[in-house]
Amino acid sequence: MRRCDLIVLGAGPAGAEAALAASGAGLDVVLVEEAAAAGGQVWRAPAAASPPGLDPFPAEAEARAGAALRARLAASPVESWFGARAWSVIRPAEGGFRLDAAGPEGPLACAAPRLVAATGAVERVIPFPGWTLPGVIGLAAATVLLKAQGVLPGQRVVVAGCGPLLAAVAAKILAAGGEVVAVVDRAAPAEWLAASRALASRPRLLARGLGWALRIAGRRVPVHFAHAVRAAEGDEALRRLRIAPLDASGGFAPGGAERVLEADALCIGDGLVPGAEIPRLLRARLRFDRALGGWVPELDAEGRTSLPGLFAVGDGAGLRGQAPAVHAGRIAGLAAAQEAGRLDAAAFAAATAPERAALAGLAPFAAAMAGLMALRPGAVRDIAPETVICRCEDVTRGMLDAAFDEGAREVNQVKHFTRCGMGPCQGRSCGDVAAEIIAARLGGAREAAGFWTGRPPLRPVPLADLLGEFDYADIPIPAPAPL
Amino acid sequence: MGSAVMQEYDLGVIGGGVHGCTAALFAARGGLRVALLERGPLCREASGVNAGTLTLQMTRLALIPYALRAHAMWASAPQWLGHDVGVVVCDGLSLAFTEAEAELLAFRATKRREAGAPIDLISGRAAMAVEPGLTDRALLAGHCRVDGFANAYLTGLAFRRALLGAGVAVMENRPVTSLAREERGFTALTPTGPVRFRRVLLAGGVWIEPMLRWLGVELPIKVLVNQLVVTERVRPVMRCVVGIANGLLSLKQYPHGTVVVGGGWQGEGDRERGGVALLPERVVGNLRLACHAIPALRGARMARAWAGLEAETADALPAAGPIPGIPDAYVCGSVHSGYTSGPYIARLVAEHILGREPALPLFPIDRLLPPRGTQSPEAA
Ligand SMILES: Cc1cc2nc3c(=O)[nH]c(=O)nc-3n(C[C@H](O)[C@H](O)[C@H](O)COP(=O)(O)OP(=O)(O)OC[C@H]3O[C@@H](n4cnc5c(N)ncnc54)[C@H](O)[C@@H]3O)c2cc1C
Repeated sequence: MRRCDLIVLGAGPAGAEAALAASGAGLDVVLVEEAAAAGGQVWRAPAAASPPGLDPFPAEAEARAGAALRARLAASPVESWFGARAWSVIRPAEGGFRLDAAGPEGPLACAAPRLVAATGAVERVIPFPGWTLPGVIGLAAATVLLKAQGVLPGQRVVVAGCGPLLAAVAAKILAAGGEVVAVVDRAAPAEWLAASRALASRPRLLARGLGWALRIAGRRVPVHFAHAVRAAEGDEALRRLRIAPLDASGGFAPGGAERVLEADALCIGDGLVPGAEIPRLLRARLRFDRALGGWVPELDAEGRTSLPGLFAVGDGAGLRGQAPAVHAGRIAGLAAAQEAGRLDAAAFAAATAPERAALAGLAPFAAAMAGLMALRPGAVRDIAPETVICRCEDVTRGMLDAAFDEGAREVNQVKHFTRCGMGPCQGRSCGDVAAEIIAARLGGAREAAGFWTGRPPLRPVPLADLLGEFDYADIPIPAPAPL
Repeated sequence: MGSAVMQEYDLGVIGGGVHGCTAALFAARGGLRVALLERGPLCREASGVNAGTLTLQMTRLALIPYALRAHAMWASAPQWLGHDVGVVVCDGLSLAFTEAEAELLAFRATKRREAGAPIDLISGRAAMAVEPGLTDRALLAGHCRVDGFANAYLTGLAFRRALLGAGVAVMENRPVTSLAREERGFTALTPTGPVRFRRVLLAGGVWIEPMLRWLGVELPIKVLVNQLVVTERVRPVMRCVVGIANGLLSLKQYPHGTVVVGGGWQGEGDRERGGVALLPERVVGNLRLACHAIPALRGARMARAWAGLEAETADALPAAGPIPGIPDAYVCGSVHSGYTSGPYIARLVAEHILGREPALPLFPIDRLLPPRGTQSPEAA
């Protein structure tokens, strides 16, 4: 068991900055990350062995920022456990936290009085017939393919969903020499216009966004605003898509004209949902906040959850994006150091002042971006009864409605009745949509539908990776029950 | 409520686990007007989160005759319950890997056999013929042809349908906060109004202890926090229920492919908070044991793990029968391997309440209470 002052789970911008700030203030920090390098989703490192034959994409600001972060981490005393899939986090009776992971060379465990959870967000897809066909992938998965592997998602690609990732993915595909058939955006131009006022507060990002938009426009890629994918078709793989216009609620406009797009790949993401896995697992207090992406932990200004010693930062604690994550991460790392007695109040105030100011400056922008990605009230209305919601367990919308009709009134009961969310992803991909469907039946309030109780493992680890070397005699078998 | 007269039920059952639900069902079928009050949804505590093993090889000796009859009830659930809980009847093996375990197994299997469980002792090699997924390292096995499992998470749905069909007033999300004795009957207070009944059955699982306190009865109930792990769906790796001699493993694969690993390794939790955490060393210990028995399991991924609460009396035998000194009040619970035996024991209690002679004796709690008169009426 490795004992340290602080465990940080997740080495994206939020977690890595928390680890660096805490370590800079003198804490002994273990940083746990399942990927092979730090950077998270936004600053994902290129894979060590990228497949040959594709030109590496031009280094962008993101790639440079990621490389800089990795260099700072490597030069710091932070002990990074890469390739470590955390499966259990508990609060042991003796206090603090204990984390268990399946590492590249076997089981790993560490314990500390404090833990920063920085596990990021998961992508939401609002299901439609054919969304499980080969050729349909998430925007996040497309980003991994493009950034880490240097691979195009297909020959003729449609990019669909909502939020800033749409333009980013489309522009990257174009830059890599791919064809983008169309961009299908749930937002109407007026919504972008409203958001761009907040964007104006970040001229560099605005420029990058405009750059993407111009690249898309320069190639004459059609952009279908206020549209969404209605169906994906094909026998063994994607052949064509049907898209249709949306109404103001985010559902399909009655009688709206369908269009057909021929494509062999669809990159789709209907926004992000905060993972919040650790606060959920440890039963910290959560609240539902549609604008922040869903259920998020209750936090103070330094990222403290309702549980002593547990901090949550980054998109996993509420969608704000990369730039705020950096500052929130640093504040939490410094707060952990202060709690541990390594910083006095004055030093803490001085060190966090610039971070707080930066965070405040970014707030309007962060809120605008999260707003574009938030789930719209009508978005699940038109999902057909036979459409699969939970792809691990093949549970359809009709089965969820039937469970409701049989008396299930919150999502944990729905899970018992249908197996929805019981598969290896533990509902990470379907949970938000399933809860929205049940909430709609209850009259709309997501609080009433609840959320799935957090359960280990945090990742579906093969049993072999947990067992370690053992002899039968080493198994601590408890005394037998009475006969 | 206005001027309407509050409806009085013949029987109020408090707690909607397998005991409360079964008793309510048979009491209603016996002609009583029954209300079932459950603080959450039906069967979401022990009765919905247990391992679903219907085994005689982990059942306490004194309960074997009950468990045999209960097993037959589960096997014929479509007839009396009317709905499917995914019951699979199959062979069961209890394994011994060391000489000491072989001795324990031989002793316990013989005792259980004398009590009526059809268990044969077979060699490790013979056990491999019964269970092709088995390791070659077992020395001895208890082989029982009456074994099997159910899908515990379907229990609530099945009972809900059956209870509504039998005319039981199913009151879910209705926590009882106290119970008042009246001249003729009882009134249960709940946040959404009182409910009156002539007789009351307390079937609150680990919460029987605070429930009995409403009536001034102090019966200590120990809370066990059992850990369980389920894998993702995998190709068939086993076909029997597999356990070990001392009872700390229960393992089987469901028809849809998941494998549930249990055995009563203890996690963290209590009556107030539920099963809050699984201790990682004990998860790993339980999984090592499972993979030792069925080596092909090593390749499966863990999908989910949880901990649930099981009740135990001081002598680890059930609390099932009338509550001494309080006419028309009954208790039913704390049955070891209670998912297996629960339906039969709760049915016996329902028969007793209906004024019939139960086919097998109940387990009255007088044996667990201090001699009458020494208990203070202020205990509540
Ligand atoms: C993890 C685990 C694995 C197990 N595995 C097996 C197995 O494989 N085989 C087997 O035979 N047995 C197994 N058992 C044991 C078995 O599950 C239990 O013995 C049985 O389910 C107990 O049923 P019950 O009705 O007494 O209790 P419960 O199912 O706990 O029901 C009690 C009910 O009372 C309700 N309640 C409590 N307080 C109030 C109140 N104030 N007002 C209203 N309602 C209230 C609760 O919400 C609960 O639903 C296992 C137990 C656990 C925990």
